[in-house]
Amino acid sequence: MDQYIDIKVRVWRQAGPKAQGHFETYELKHVFQGASFLEMIDILNEQLIAEHKDPVTYDHDCREGICGMCSMYVNGHPHGPDSAITTCQLHMRKFHDGETITVEPWRSRAFPVIKDLMVDRGAYDKIMQAGGFVSVNTGGVPDANAIPIPKPVADEAMDAASCIGCGACAAACKNGSAMLFVAAKVSQLALLPQGKIEAAARAKAMVAKMDELGFGNCTNTGACAAECPKSVSLANIARLNREFLKAKFKD
Amino acid sequence: MAKKEEIIEAAKKVAVKAAGAVLEAAEAVVDKAAEVTEQVQSAAAEAYKEATTPVITPKDAKIPEGPLELKWTNYKNHQKLVNPANKRRLDIIVVGTGLAGASAAASLAEMGFNVLNFCIQDSPRRAHSIAAQGGINAAKNYQNDGDSVYRLYYDTIKGGDYRAREANVYRLAEVSNNIIDQCVAQGVPFAREYGGLLDNRSFGGAQVSRTFYAKGQTGQQLLLGAYSALSRQIGKGKVKMYTRYEMLDIVLIADENGEKRARGIIARNLVTGRIERFFAHAVVVGSGGYGNTFFLSTNAMASNGSAAMQMYRHGAYFANPCYAQIHPTCIPKHGDFQSKLTLMSESLRNDGRIWVPKKLEDAKRLQAGEIKGRDIPEEDRDYYLERRYPAFGNLVPRDVASRAAKERCDKGYGVNNTGLAVFLDFSEAIQRLGKDVVAQKYGNLFQMYEKIVDENPYENPMMIFPAIHYTMGGIWVDYELQTSVKGLFCIGEANFSDHGANRLGASALMQGLADGYFVLPYTIQNYLADQIGVPRMSTDLPEFAEAEKAVQAKIDKLMAIQGKRSVDSIHKELGLVMWDFVGMGRTAEGLKEGIAKIDAIKKEFWTNVYIPGEANSLNNELEKALRLADFIEIGRLMAVDALHREESCGGHFREEYQTPEGEALRQDDKFSYVGCWKYMGEDQEPQLIKEPLDYEFTERKTRNYKN
Repeated sequence: MDQYIDIKVRVWRQAGPKAQGHFETYELKHVFQGASFLEMIDILNEQLIAEHKDPVTYDHDCREGICGMCSMYVNGHPHGPDSAITTCQLHMRKFHDGETITVEPWRSRAFPVIKDLMVDRGAYDKIMQAGGFVSVNTGGVPDANAIPIPKPVADEAMDAASCIGCGACAAACKNGSAMLFVAAKVSQLALLPQGKIEAAARAKAMVAKMDELGFGNCTNTGACAAECPKSVSLANIARLNREFLKAKFKD
Repeated sequence: MAKKEEIIEAAKKVAVKAAGAVLEAAEAVVDKAAEVTEQVQSAAAEAYKEATTPVITPKDAKIPEGPLELKWTNYKNHQKLVNPANKRRLDIIVVGTGLAGASAAASLAEMGFNVLNFCIQDSPRRAHSIAAQGGINAAKNYQNDGDSVYRLYYDTIKGGDYRAREANVYRLAEVSNNIIDQCVAQGVPFAREYGGLLDNRSFGGAQVSRTFYAKGQTGQQLLLGAYSALSRQIGKGKVKMYTRYEMLDIVLIADENGEKRARGIIARNLVTGRIERFFAHAVVVGSGGYGNTFFLSTNAMASNGSAAMQMYRHGAYFANPCYAQIHPTCIPKHGDFQSKLTLMSESLRNDGRIWVPKKLEDAKRLQAGEIKGRDIPEEDRDYYLERRYPAFGNLVPRDVASRAAKERCDKGYGVNNTGLAVFLDFSEAIQRLGKDVVAQKYGNLFQMYEKIVDENPYENPMMIFPAIHYTMGGIWVDYELQTSVKGLFCIGEANFSDHGANRLGASALMQGLADGYFVLPYTIQNYLADQIGVPRMSTDLPEFAEAEKAVQAKIDKLMAIQGKRSVDSIHKELGLVMWDFVGMGRTAEGLKEGIAKIDAIKKEFWTNVYIPGEANSLNNELEKALRLADFIEIGRLMAVDALHREESCGGHFREEYQTPEGEALRQDDKFSYVGCWKYMGEDQEPQLIKEPLDYEFTERKTRNYKN
């Protein structure tokens, strides 16, 4: 059963992109374990506002694990100690009375801190703009059932497509690599007949953009997939490598 | 013999009595006359009001001539177009990157227009359309179950309780099939059957399976499709994307004839706090709904109604604000610290059965936590939707299911500690299909439930309760999706048009994408064709400067209050008033009380809110305060509209107007119109304008989901 607990929250505070950051520890009393982690941060912020202090800035929006906005490193894990969820789905029942919880922003060169726990993930959008699409305009497309797609293929594409673009993979990676993110999109579209036509160009363009934006290389540590809130599989990276090599051989 | 005096005395008494009676009668006559006069006067006042209430005609609404099924074709055949060279010279601002905004921005850019696209999130992919779970409707009839464009049209009109425009809804049904084709071509991984063709499931308010889905993440996949198309245009330089920007006002500039036209926006860079000006030949707003007026809703935290209020304050009518959808299957509220409510997809009602105990003592023991749902034997369960609505059962429309849940809970049959929950049970489906099949269909939703509630829904029925989910009301638009302000368009949930008084499940995605991919990119050209001679204007024009000044003054005013209350604490107070007085069951008395309370909250907000930090920097509290200022106005407008609409229809339920069985009672003779509200100035009562809904093609019936 959920109880009330007293905790300490050790939060990364950083006034701006260029400012020196530091940890600040706050005490929170009587926090219900049925509250979500972000509701706990809300309670902390209400407390800070009441003391006329600057509340903690952090990204959040849908609070149901799908928008990919929330991005906290909690006790050394992106999205916290629980598996296959986002920070907003993390609940205080995963923490015990008297615990000190450390909260940091995403730690990755390609995601600079904007303020406190908020980072700039614009790099992921730029990778998508380089090739994360099928080049079709609105209108003039064939009937949706014109091309049958085997169910296992469609299901696999769906699993890859479930990526929410939160950035946990790059934040978890010791190399700061965005391979799982890129692989998820390349896989989804390479698996489907609609995306096969541009598969080679897409793989090359997205990988090139990823390298250009300062993401690191993949050394197959697997931290990305282990921390991915949507359990996007490492197999997608293998597929990306195949697609990339195939494309390069064709050149 | 009686004495003379006695006789006189008796006669006097009789006379006094008679005089009294005469006087009484006379008084009664006077009273009656006064009453009649009052009645006549009030009838006259009513008639005067009626006669002087401005009316929007089908012509004003630009509804094309011709039979229902040919209206859209006729429109497209005769509308004005803009040639490619001119498209390059025209700029369009699109506010919002949800299904409507992103699909519109991408499609307009593909056509050759220059698009400036704005969103408040850090990426266009995060708009709240992403959270739609269940699916998207289309009239493909792939399941051979008798579906057709007409049937989708009819179900939508009926589901909306005959309060939507026929022509718009028919067009929506017509383009629904194009949407599915488009999404598949983009690589949206819809669920498929083993033969490789697309799979469908059923949603509330329909007797066919026409809902396409991608696991429980259909909104995500459709939005990522639109986001891909948008990303492609950003990469090509045809869309200039502004993330973490919030529109704070619309700029109108008069043309040579003195007609004011939308020519740009004022937006705040949320990272730097800087206020910036942007010009365009037309402005399209797809900013979503205003459900967060209630504080607790299934909307994302930043979803807001401020864009709608900015349009409203510039003369765009706010239509049917009281039509808010309360979704029956959400995870119940669990504490005061709660920040939002989580939706459990309507698709769960395909296999889940909704029930409460038959016996009050069982409910009491559930509420006390002594027993669990699974402990109650089959014969003691009341599957009240199946009982009340045999034909549609658990798949009745949302408004009906929500009210039925409230009815049971009001009678004391609620199943959780607050008494505000009912069961959604999968035990029968697990027996019938096996746990694996259930997990495959709904696994991610079950996981989501377990993470929040800490209980395994495979073993014990889920607990659910209605919550604010979607707003059918919104900015009034004509058939071209243009508001009552020239050059200002409104798409998706932000407009009012297609769902009437209640939206059917899986129709929001359909409408958002219909507007963005297939309707607006056509209709906006009919406007822009006349604007090709208008040069790009400087944002140094006085209209821009004045708009910016007004925005800055509002921010300064808020920052200067330095009161004692946090923004959220006031927003929560507003939410409670909305839920209690403008929620699922409304009464004239309650609404009047609600309005008074909202006015008091407004005063409290403008005198006692505290916003920390600086205005000219990143400041979440300031963002929230600006949104709350508008939520307060929207809440009041919802209550005013709900008070004026003396009938029950769809999501709007006035307790005074119900059948003996507790079903909604429409008053077609009095309220068969779109209630449009025109802004008359700060703290002034808005003016009502009516757009009559004359059902030309469809017979209006009492909605029946029983047989």
